[in-house]
Amino acid sequence: MSEIVLEKVTKRFGRMTAVDAVSFRAETGKFVVLLGPSGCGKSTLLRLIAGLEDVTEGRILIDGRDVTRLSPDKRRVSMVFQSYALFPHLSTQENIVFGLKVRRMPEGERLKRLAQVAEVVGLADLLDRKPQQLSGGQRQRVALARAIIAENNICLMDEPLSNLDAQLRHGMRVEIRALQQRLGMTVVYVTHDQVEAMSMADRVVLIREGRIEQEGSPEDLYARPATIFAARFIGTPGMNLLALADGPGGAVVRGSQDTLFPGRGGGLTLGVRPEHVWLANSGGVAATVTSSEYHGADTILTVRVGEETLFMRAPGQLAQAAGTQVRLAWKPGSLHLFDAATGMRAAEELQPGRLAVAAD
Amino acid sequence: MRNVYGWLLLTPAAILLIGFTHYPAVATLIDSFFSTGTVVRPSRFVGLANYALLADDPIFWQVLRNNLAFAAGTIPTSIALALLMAIWVNDKLPARALVRMSYFTPTILPMVAVANLWLFFYTPQIGLIDKVAAVFGMPSHNWLGDPSTVMACLAVMTVWKEAGFFMIFYLAALQSLSPELEEAAKIEGASRWYYFRRVTFPLLMPTTLFVLVNATINSFKLVDHLFILTKGGPDNASNLLLYYIYQVAFSFFETSYASTLTVVLLALLAAMAIVQFQLIEKRVHYR
Repeated sequence: MSEIVLEKVTKRFGRMTAVDAVSFRAETGKFVVLLGPSGCGKSTLLRLIAGLEDVTEGRILIDGRDVTRLSPDKRRVSMVFQSYALFPHLSTQENIVFGLKVRRMPEGERLKRLAQVAEVVGLADLLDRKPQQLSGGQRQRVALARAIIAENNICLMDEPLSNLDAQLRHGMRVEIRALQQRLGMTVVYVTHDQVEAMSMADRVVLIREGRIEQEGSPEDLYARPATIFAARFIGTPGMNLLALADGPGGAVVRGSQDTLFPGRGGGLTLGVRPEHVWLANSGGVAATVTSSEYHGADTILTVRVGEETLFMRAPGQLAQAAGTQVRLAWKPGSLHLFDAATGMRAAEELQPGRLAVAAD
Repeated sequence: MRNVYGWLLLTPAAILLIGFTHYPAVATLIDSFFSTGTVVRPSRFVGLANYALLADDPIFWQVLRNNLAFAAGTIPTSIALALLMAIWVNDKLPARALVRMSYFTPTILPMVAVANLWLFFYTPQIGLIDKVAAVFGMPSHNWLGDPSTVMACLAVMTVWKEAGFFMIFYLAALQSLSPELEEAAKIEGASRWYYFRRVTFPLLMPTTLFVLVNATINSFKLVDHLFILTKGGPDNASNLLLYYIYQVAFSFFETSYASTLTVVLLALLAAMAIVQFQLIEKRVHYR
């Protein structure tokens, strides 16, 4: 068992509220990602769980035990820091067993665990090096090794991949996820990178200005964003958001003539993911290409519909000169409606559901 | 030809360095092998005679012992105190800037002013220490006039003056340490003392080395206070090497012997610096 429960946890720094009545549960063996833009309070939240900051209000429970006022070492959690926080004067080996030495573990047991962990993270040949003689990825492994050698079952990670280059980051993502599953650790992982959240998490907690914006599996967040913020934050590029207006035959994109679906449009915002939009030969919605950006595997087209701009992702190369008139269609059931004033997802009965713009 | 500008730019500094540092140093070394010249008896080469004289000079040995005792008394104390103060004022505490400033104040005072200040503390009967002691019914004591207490008095004053200066270096080094290191240690359950012993202190080693070399040099170099407080007395009990050199050169006008003493002092300092660097280099972690 290694379950973390937060109950209405609030943290204030003077007058500033960094974390505002956040409640969530990280179940045993789950990979939970705290996702949000910088300054949203996600790192503070992690530091509250670790005990590096004092909770202003609320409770934190680990395995049902109230740890709200306990010092960090009594919470039996490990942590990986963004800067890795390796001790620069100690060798890899000394860095990894630092905590075991603090706890006066006998040398035999210590060396046994060291050998195991070094094998797991692939550092067996580098145990005598100092941190400055290691590459970024190797330092990352040392930090990971130091976190798992304590066998705490709970590991907190604060943007551990943000100092690595893109290629290494992908590799480490896979490795960390595999390690977590093999050891059955409960991981709370902080990141601002939605790709990391989507690819690693069992559960994503999207945070905005100290509050939980949406919580769910990566699939939930992708398929059913609860707010405009969530819609825009998940996906590369994020969801297109188009202001709607009332037209003669139903809702239209502001400034456009083509009816999208019957019913009210004013005061609503339409969300549709770039990968769910495609070009149609006839029917659909009239649009004008403003630019196209070739990415290799796919092309991102920027098009104007009425007064709104949207991105569409087309596989392969799709050469379209600026100014070309095209017609757009979208995948059935991929439209989302939001209340433009509150930013919240519109009631389910208002959602266009299966209604799709006819495409040939 | 294209190097001419480089040499021209170097010339002013080179002239000053050679004229006021290197030439006097070499001249001193040469002088130490000659007798002191007078109008009747001009200076002549005497080989190591001045050094033989030095070996037989009981005052030299006493002054050297004094200086070593002074160094042993002031260096570890002022460094330990500096480190302690730096760790304290590096923490979050109310009026931190004020505390830092007040610790640094002794450093900006000239040594002569400091000596005058402490003269007032040490003066028998009317001095601060005796006034306070009188309240508890203790007898008056001539702190600076007693050969058994005079060195301790000078050491206390020097520590008071030096510690604040060294604190600044430790403070700067402490602030360059990432706070995440301490947090990582805290999560592992390391106590403050354990963290200090295994992380902070080793990481401060370069600073400690720097401070140690400076403190050693200062303990042989700083003699301003002797002019105000004791003039080396009573009976050379508080005389230090550099002050003795001054006396030999400008009170007794034995310039050759003063040169000899100077060479010995320089050799001593150089030897100590080399030993310190080599001993500590092995245990120093440079980032």
